[in-house]
Amino acid sequence: MLELIQQLVNGLSLGAIYALIALGYTMVYGIIKLINFAHGDVMMVGAFVGYFSVTLLGTNILVAMLAAMAVCAFLGVIIEKVAYRPLRNATRIASLITAIGVSFLLEYLTIFLIGPNQKVFPASAFTVKAYDIAGLSILNKDVFVFVSALVLMVILQYIIKYTKTGKAMRAVSLDMEAAVLMGISVDKTISMTFAIGSALAAAAGVMVGVYYNTINPLMGIIPGLKAFVAAVLGGIGIIPGAMVGGFVMGLLETMVSGYGNSLYRDAVAFGVLILILLIKPTGIFGKDSGEKV
Amino acid sequence: MTLLNISKLYKSFGGLSAVLDFNFQMEERELVGLIGPNGAGKTTVFNLITGIYKPDRGEIVFRESDLVGMSPYNICARGIARTFQNIRLFNDLSVLDNVKIACHKQVPYSLLGAIMRSPAFFEGEEQIEQEALKYLKVFNLADKRDELAKNLPYGEQRRLEISRALATQPTLLILDEPAAGMNPQETNELMQLIEMIRSEFGLAVLLIEHDMSLVMGVCERIYVLDYGQIIAEGLPHEIRNNKKVIEAYLGEELN
Amino acid sequence: MQTKKISWPRFLVETAVLVALFTLVQYGITTRMLDQYVQINLTSMCINIILAVSLNLINGFTGQLSLGHAGFMAVGAYTAVILTTKLDYPFLAGLVGSAMAAGLAGFVIGVPTLRLKGDYLAIATLALGEIIRVTLQNIDYINGPAGISGIPKLTTWAWLFGAVVLTIIVVVNLVNSSYGRAIISVREDEIAAELMGINTTKYKVLAFVIGASFAGIAGALYGHYFYIIKPETFNFMKSFDILVMVVLGGLGSTTGAVIAAIFVTILTAVLQPFPEIRMILYALILIIVMIYRPQGLMGNKELGRQTLGRIWGIRR
Repeated sequence: MLELIQQLVNGLSLGAIYALIALGYTMVYGIIKLINFAHGDVMMVGAFVGYFSVTLLGTNILVAMLAAMAVCAFLGVIIEKVAYRPLRNATRIASLITAIGVSFLLEYLTIFLIGPNQKVFPASAFTVKAYDIAGLSILNKDVFVFVSALVLMVILQYIIKYTKTGKAMRAVSLDMEAAVLMGISVDKTISMTFAIGSALAAAAGVMVGVYYNTINPLMGIIPGLKAFVAAVLGGIGIIPGAMVGGFVMGLLETMVSGYGNSLYRDAVAFGVLILILLIKPTGIFGKDSGEKV
Repeated sequence: MTLLNISKLYKSFGGLSAVLDFNFQMEERELVGLIGPNGAGKTTVFNLITGIYKPDRGEIVFRESDLVGMSPYNICARGIARTFQNIRLFNDLSVLDNVKIACHKQVPYSLLGAIMRSPAFFEGEEQIEQEALKYLKVFNLADKRDELAKNLPYGEQRRLEISRALATQPTLLILDEPAAGMNPQETNELMQLIEMIRSEFGLAVLLIEHDMSLVMGVCERIYVLDYGQIIAEGLPHEIRNNKKVIEAYLGEELN
Repeated sequence: MQTKKISWPRFLVETAVLVALFTLVQYGITTRMLDQYVQINLTSMCINIILAVSLNLINGFTGQLSLGHAGFMAVGAYTAVILTTKLDYPFLAGLVGSAMAAGLAGFVIGVPTLRLKGDYLAIATLALGEIIRVTLQNIDYINGPAGISGIPKLTTWAWLFGAVVLTIIVVVNLVNSSYGRAIISVREDEIAAELMGINTTKYKVLAFVIGASFAGIAGALYGHYFYIIKPETFNFMKSFDILVMVVLGGLGSTTGAVIAAIFVTILTAVLQPFPEIRMILYALILIIVMIYRPQGLMGNKELGRQTLGRIWGIRR
């Protein structure tokens, strides 16, 4: 029993990371129906910005995270402007292929610029300590990840529910044309969505650095895919769905590595994806809508 | 013999009834119109008959077999073909290929024969081409055979859609607003064309139309649908003077 | 598309061209005029052509975006290698077995997933391709992640050439038939196709199975040339490689797929010392082609009558 609770605790921080990345997927999909394949790579860029902020500028981890978020918000906006905006009226397959291209570009530009080797997140950034609470071993890095993810999610909820930008985002995702007629600038709103989504991914990137201790230019692929599965699991386009989906994926993964064969860890995520797509493609919180003829 | 017999058909979308207690009969070679105000559920009825939607309840019996639960291509194989309110051609293919695709269900050679280029393949292709051209000629489209469907003017696209539907060799042809966007002269020509294909190909026609002159001029019997229910049924002149129908279209008179 | 009787003169000319091409290269190999480096790239080129043409049947003609082509290649490679090395069957049996196994995998994967639309299908096929890879990694019989090495080099120029010609003939003849029109109608408008009597599920699965079979053959040829196969070789980056060729050549153009496969192979060979530059170029190709020429180099047009795609004298 204690073992199980321990696994659950371990899974929570991983789940929080997936949830943060999944939010970006879901927000972008909700607004322009694009699976932003490059999203995991934005997370990777965030991790590197955080890493350089700590090693070169000697900042603490919170400043590093904020720096990563700022840089990636900007990066997200640029990506949307250059690669996705010209394709807004193209087929979804064309946009998807472009997104795959952007993903490659980020990965291999990073390799080109700083080499393919992995970098160790410096101990000065975060000293890992373990606390013993009621027989459970709790690491301060898990607490850090979980709490900061939670804070970011609360801020996101606030933005979406109560700010003008949030309202515009919801309006555009419901009906882009109607939103234009109501005087909402669709371009600006989509840019904002990419900025916010990418900032969250960047924060997640820094967290991954703290959590796994190493980062590398291809680190975005697998967590990116898993977060995407999380978004689909919760119902893509639905924000609370992405959070729930993220935690489910994190817990599932720790369970599989804890009790089963860790070689199958990645396959489980894909298996879950196939199951949802076959049973309920709209996800846990999604509504069914057939094609209009 | 009754060709199509629909009884107690129900369909709702997320709690909103689109079609409720819909009853309908049609004989072989009959020309029937289905009219009603916008949003009355006419296209939904067509989608139910052709298998795009599954009804919640009810029966759709076509030539003694129940169509409910059948997939659209099976329903087509049984002899129902249709056109769409907003034209759905295979835009990037030639006019001829559009019709040839509809001939596919009678393809006279095997897949292996196609890959091996057997003599049956060449014969079969010739046969399909002649067949497709036959339908194009009916609609004066034969000399446009190599043009892409998307490059045809609107009226010709409508005609191509009908000829494509005919190429599936239906016994019942369903036309969803065939005269939409046509001027009176074109509508007139279309009326004659509908009459002509009915007698030439010996089939029954069911059509949705907003253009009353077309409906009244061509249909033998008319059903009127409002809020998913049949509110009147009868001969054109009966429908014209039916109080319920006038109310449905113009709203209730003020007392 | 107008399909008339076989035109014998053209058929003979085209056969002669093919025989000449085959003999010329075979002569170069026997006399060692074409060195090892050229031969390796020639092999990659043939394998890439098979992969691109077969994926184009699925992505281009049927309009179903599949990102799991490398998975079928893996199934084919492993099947053939097991047949020839562990069970001592001849190479031909290995090739046939690889096509059948990959086709079967295509069927098993295709039937449930092809109900999904557009990007959902893309992700599902990507996931299934990865599941195939992870599964292979966990089977001890085939040495898990280490893979099988010491595979005899049975893939010769004759096999490669034959397989390329076979792939192109099957795909071209299929596409230019009533069955092919049915497949294309799915891409154009699935609902309209269904209502015109086309069993769209059947034709999607058919295209998927045929495409997967040829990917399997490509895998078998690969395994019997490069000495070693590992699950990692067939990860989704490999699927993306093939996708780049199809997109570049034009979704729905067999000649386009062939040209793009040749081009990409040469590009890869030239940029061998700089793998990351190659990937950056790939990325830029994908983005730029989609923005400025989303239909690819060839769109859905085919190149001239005399080219490979017109072997059997089909007149357009």
